[in-house]
Amino acid sequence: MSAITRDEVAHLARLSRLALSDDELDHYATQLDDIIAAVARVAEVAAQDVPPSSHALPLANVFRADEVRSSLTPQQALSGAPAVEDDRFRVPRILGEEA
Amino acid sequence: MTETNTLMPYDEVLARFEPVLGIETHVELGTASKMFCGCPTGFGAAPNTQVCPVCLGLPGALPVANEQAIESTIRIGLALNCSIAEWCRFARKNYFYPDMPKNFQISQYDEPLCSEGYLDVEVGGKVFRVGIERVHLEEDTGKSTHVGGATGRIHGADYSIVDYNRAGIPLVEIVTKPIEGAGELAPEVAKAYATELRELMRALGVSDVRMEEGSMRCDVNVSLMPRGASEWGTRTETKNVNSLRSVERSVRHEMERQGAVLAAGGRIVQETRHFHEDTGATTSGRSKEEAQDYRYFPEPDLVPIAPAREWVEKFRVDLPELPRVKRARLMAEWAVSDLDMEAMHNAGAVELVDATVAAGAPAADARKWWMGELARRANESGTALADLSITPAQVARVTELVASGALNDKLARQVLEGVLAGEGTPDEVVAARGLQIVNDEGELSAIIDQVIADNADAADKVRSGKVAAVGALVGGVMKASRGKADAGRARELILEKLGVAG
Repeated sequence: MSAITRDEVAHLARLSRLALSDDELDHYATQLDDIIAAVARVAEVAAQDVPPSSHALPLANVFRADEVRSSLTPQQALSGAPAVEDDRFRVPRILGEEA
Repeated sequence: MTETNTLMPYDEVLARFEPVLGIETHVELGTASKMFCGCPTGFGAAPNTQVCPVCLGLPGALPVANEQAIESTIRIGLALNCSIAEWCRFARKNYFYPDMPKNFQISQYDEPLCSEGYLDVEVGGKVFRVGIERVHLEEDTGKSTHVGGATGRIHGADYSIVDYNRAGIPLVEIVTKPIEGAGELAPEVAKAYATELRELMRALGVSDVRMEEGSMRCDVNVSLMPRGASEWGTRTETKNVNSLRSVERSVRHEMERQGAVLAAGGRIVQETRHFHEDTGATTSGRSKEEAQDYRYFPEPDLVPIAPAREWVEKFRVDLPELPRVKRARLMAEWAVSDLDMEAMHNAGAVELVDATVAAGAPAADARKWWMGELARRANESGTALADLSITPAQVARVTELVASGALNDKLARQVLEGVLAGEGTPDEVVAARGLQIVNDEGELSAIIDQVIADNADAADKVRSGKVAAVGALVGGVMKASRGKADAGRARELILEKLGVAG
């Protein structure tokens, strides 16, 4: 059984707003399935006494003091924006007309 | 967009259905800097002036958690009687929406910092225990303005413009367990919960909780089930309800709307709804594009939080007196009834009276002025009591002047008026307006002689033993002195002059 289906890849692509062609979906579904299967081999060697981990370093409680540091200027902040209006990031329509 | 809701009369809803509520409250913490970067958090700054590579999600930027925000969240959890996690993580909530520049929000998923608590609230003298499911920490989103289209709303807009100043401000989400059994009081219980939560945040000093500025906002879930049913109905979630009164109104409205839908054989759609302050109605905010598939996963850029027990216990010991406990204590200290206390609570006067007492005023006097003259003036000008331009110390000074005999109540009201009008401190107003009681015995004596001469009939009655008639003479003296005479002293002097023992 495959680790990820073509439908799941299509769903993830849609959530990420990626337009994938049928060929691309076939291609990525196969590739992602191989990748997940490869990573899943970790489970074969992880014994009961090895807790699942989400971080590579055995660290906790890394905090910063509540101190203000200088921000970017609006010009700097907006310099990479594709479109700007009134010192704000201009973005395409978010939702269409209501159904 | 037009959408008219058919409503069922509230009494009928109650006769046929039982409401179940759930409330999610977002509280912006009042930290100096943002949750994961050092940008400032002040409200109302020019657009995109409080942003940096971290809160803009620029490549290579790494977040670091604000210790103060973690501390505040733990203190909120403790005040809500929650368990504090021994170990938990942040999670990425992935969604494609431009209010977060990263395309994800750093939040917490299945490992909230605090869980399983409760908050007791009072409605009409009865205590409701509202269960708390969880308290978690996340980051606030940016602010979008929708341009074009008919209504300025997101639907039908041509495009949107976004200010990320708010993106990354620490935001605590407090989620209740389902609130059952409130029945007809459901709208009031919802409001009382939001009110109590706001006061709790204030007492903890963790947020300014200004609902009108969005630093506290409620999402209200409402469902109805037929009376006697064991299974809950489908719920709707009314988003971003921005005043305490609106919390109450939105619950009542949803109950009346859902009641009508169900009675007509319809079914409730699980959806997000928007509350409109002007009409008191909710409208559907449903969109096909709202796929609830957030693909949460542990935030790889932030290490876990493992609050040491000593740390947590230190916060527990240092918790301030909680608002409900404080009100009970003050009720006893001030010797007021349940109803008087509830009236002060609802008027937002408890803290003000307390501060006035702390400034030296007797409780009864402090309460009298705040709940009387000052409440009346606040009401007239449509401002909150706390926003009147008079301090508790100034009110205490006025009560002191009355107690010393320098002012009577009528003059005191004029002093308050002067202070509110920005004429200065109570003493400055007294001096500038010449409001001292006439204490000069010579002047008072002359006024009395004149009043006795002008009211010979009343004076004769008093001389012949009808002491009650002295009231007319005292009234004459007060009038002649334009209210500045000490009525008690005037009465003594009149009786003395007429040869009658008081």
